[in-house]
Amino acid sequence: MEWMVPFVFGVGALAPALHTRLRVWSGPVLALVPAGIALYAAARQPAISDGAVPEFRASWIPSLGIDWAFRQDGLSNLFVLLVAGIGALIVVYAGAYLREHPRLGRFYAFLFVFMGAMLGLVTADDLFLLFVFWELTTVSSFLLIALDHEKEAARKAALQSLLVTAAGGLAMLAGFILLVDAAGTSAISQIVLQGESLRAHASYPWILALILLGAFTKSAQVPFHFWLPAAMQAPTPASAYLHSSTMVKAGVFLLARLSPALGGSDAWAATLLVVGAATTLLGGLLALSQDDLKRLLAYSTVSVLGLLTLLLGLGTPIAAQAFVVTLLAHAFYKGALFLVAGNVDHGAGSRLLSQLGGLREAMPWTAAAALLAGLSMAGGPPLFGFLAKETAYEAVLEAPVGSWLLAPLVIGTAVTLVFAAIRVGLSPFKGELGEAARDAHDAGPAMRLGPLVLATTGVLAGLLVGPAERLLVAPAASVVLQGEAPTGLALWHGFTPILALSLLTLAAGAFLYRHRERVVAAAAPGMAFERRGPAWLWDRGWELGLAAAARGAHAFQNGSLRRYLVVTLGVGFAVVALSLPLSDLRAAGPTADTPIVGIAASLLVVFAAAVMARARTPFLAVAALGAVGFGVSLLFLMFSAPDLALTQLVVEVLTVVLLALVLPRLPRPAKPKPARAVAIGVAVLGGATMAGASLVAMAGEPFEPISRFFEERSVIEAHGRNIVNVILVDFRALDTLGEITVLAVTALGILTLLRRRRPSDAEVQA
Amino acid sequence: MTLFVALAIGVVYGVSILLLLRGSLWQLLVGLGLLSHGAHLLLFAGGGLVASAPPLVAEGATQPAAGSADPLPQALVLTAIVIAFAVLAFALVLGDRAAAKARTDDLDAYSGEPG
Repeated sequence: MEWMVPFVFGVGALAPALHTRLRVWSGPVLALVPAGIALYAAARQPAISDGAVPEFRASWIPSLGIDWAFRQDGLSNLFVLLVAGIGALIVVYAGAYLREHPRLGRFYAFLFVFMGAMLGLVTADDLFLLFVFWELTTVSSFLLIALDHEKEAARKAALQSLLVTAAGGLAMLAGFILLVDAAGTSAISQIVLQGESLRAHASYPWILALILLGAFTKSAQVPFHFWLPAAMQAPTPASAYLHSSTMVKAGVFLLARLSPALGGSDAWAATLLVVGAATTLLGGLLALSQDDLKRLLAYSTVSVLGLLTLLLGLGTPIAAQAFVVTLLAHAFYKGALFLVAGNVDHGAGSRLLSQLGGLREAMPWTAAAALLAGLSMAGGPPLFGFLAKETAYEAVLEAPVGSWLLAPLVIGTAVTLVFAAIRVGLSPFKGELGEAARDAHDAGPAMRLGPLVLATTGVLAGLLVGPAERLLVAPAASVVLQGEAPTGLALWHGFTPILALSLLTLAAGAFLYRHRERVVAAAAPGMAFERRGPAWLWDRGWELGLAAAARGAHAFQNGSLRRYLVVTLGVGFAVVALSLPLSDLRAAGPTADTPIVGIAASLLVVFAAAVMARARTPFLAVAALGAVGFGVSLLFLMFSAPDLALTQLVVEVLTVVLLALVLPRLPRPAKPKPARAVAIGVAVLGGATMAGASLVAMAGEPFEPISRFFEERSVIEAHGRNIVNVILVDFRALDTLGEITVLAVTALGILTLLRRRRPSDAEVQA
Repeated sequence: MTLFVALAIGVVYGVSILLLLRGSLWQLLVGLGLLSHGAHLLLFAGGGLVASAPPLVAEGATQPAAGSADPLPQALVLTAIVIAFAVLAFALVLGDRAAAKARTDDLDAYSGEPG
């Protein structure tokens, strides 16, 4: 299994090139890869359901204790089957659906990156490895939503989903770090064994809150649900794959995976029940009024994701079973219905329910798939969706807490889903042929395959409930429970209250459908509310953040050299001033000998600098600068540095000549501007700071100078009596080489700058 | 004596910062030249001021006389003087080229956009 991720990534990298060679056949050929992985996982499933857990572990980043570790237990393999199996159908479907799309090759590449990341996510046995794959699914989802990047709505939706899920992912990473710190290992299979000590750990509330944030954003829970309907900008195959059957399940997968470690506390139960209940109810209510098939399916997906969270919050064995059955059933029927929506869009030219109708004769295959999948979504017997609804009812009716509230809420939501199922699965196909669909036609075989296979899988899994439970449901549920999973999943339990409720739900949904126009009208204000809800807040927050960032950037990066200098120098000198050890100043006494020439040279420097400050013409300033240089070389001479004095004099002459050559060429200032107070302030601060620093530096030697080394070896090893020169050309010769390099580079730079002028002169002459 | 040198360093630094912040191209260039004097003096003074005892080794001796000036700061300053000259020369040419394009001494009129 460790080869799956790199293999799928590799195929993804080659996919665009393959597509340009194979054209129409690229879909079926590429689909062989996920189909093969699905077969491989299916072949392993019997052994895994008997308790075998294939493992692979190799060191990845040993210094951080992060492993390239994979583990294939019942829950993982169930997801591998879903991701690879549905993936194969999606690839075939996309090859036909996007045949005319100029970026189909790129679509394949993104899809395979997602597939590889998702396979890695569900099999990873290292929290940080899981996180890497988690973020990769976010990124590939972003790329897929924005496939039609010339559409502004697609770009906006892609960015929104990226920001919401990546923000949650970052919170989750922080939670992972705390969790690994608390558990002492990043191996998930070890962490889930430490539930008791983890729940008692001091940082448990933080771990829980941060990880839940990641899972809730990924699985579109209230109040982060808004990105999922917006993500319907993605091409339909991507919506069917990522945003209904696989990626959005990553959040609940993580919750299921970690529930043995983090679950069972009151905080866990309360948060998951409240968030899950709110999400399932809101999703169901908002689905009522949708006219666009894809948006309707998206809101009903939000509703089911909420139900899955709620079931994990219950934490009972029957709830774990209901979780797995619901997850499976939803993957089948929702994947099928999204593809149906794609076919309807493709064949009839519209996805709006108000424009659709009577397509059953034009699109018989699609209609059949829609009917079966819709029936499963509604929870009609004998489909797998029926089992999902029954076990979910059982779980909430037997809930340890709050069943009086949860049961009506879940049943009420189920009614809205029945209503939605009839609208998606039935209404486009029955009645009069819609206005827009006069020349509607059914999709080709490649686009029929996906919906038909998924819809019939729902039927088969319902009919073969015994093997399905033993092979798929129980192994996954037992991982969630870390113990024996309940058995007894069956289509017929006799005349039970749950059966009555189930039939009542269907009847209520059908009743709503009879009065659909009034229902849609009554639910419409919900969308107005939704548009002013979290999505609105998110958009405003985003705009405010951007505006604040722009203001902040402009305050510092306004293009004014003066502003940059004031900030840089002011901060720099303030830091130095604050860190000066002023107590050392008191120890500083005047040196014994105070040569009068030294004092005179210092005063000359001070006077000449003051002249420069007041100078209004370049000529006076350059003359004063020369005087400063002369004073400085006099100081060098007085204090035992004849070499420096000599060099300074020569360089000073050159500098003055250079300045005298260049400054007259510059544009003359129109009117001298008065010095600003802030400039004077920074200048005074800088002057005082550096005077103080020099006093501290002159006050004494806090440590033995390294100069002794040079003094002792100058004659003996380097045969030179001028120690300064010996240092420059012998001991530190490499530094001098560097200095010469600086001069050479500068000369080259100057040459380049001066040369640039020549063509323009030539142009002037021409 | 240290007080006088410290005063000189402080004034040189203060004036050069003032010149840098005046927003005038020629004052910026002159200020840059002055700033290097301040830095050299600071570095030099940091090694301690010793009058009339250069770090030379007399004929026949293998070490300089006790109490000679520290040679290391001098070597550093010698390097610094040369590099500061190169930087100033580069800045002068750069300023000359920039002014040829912007045609003003007012630095606030120099925009970040390539002309």
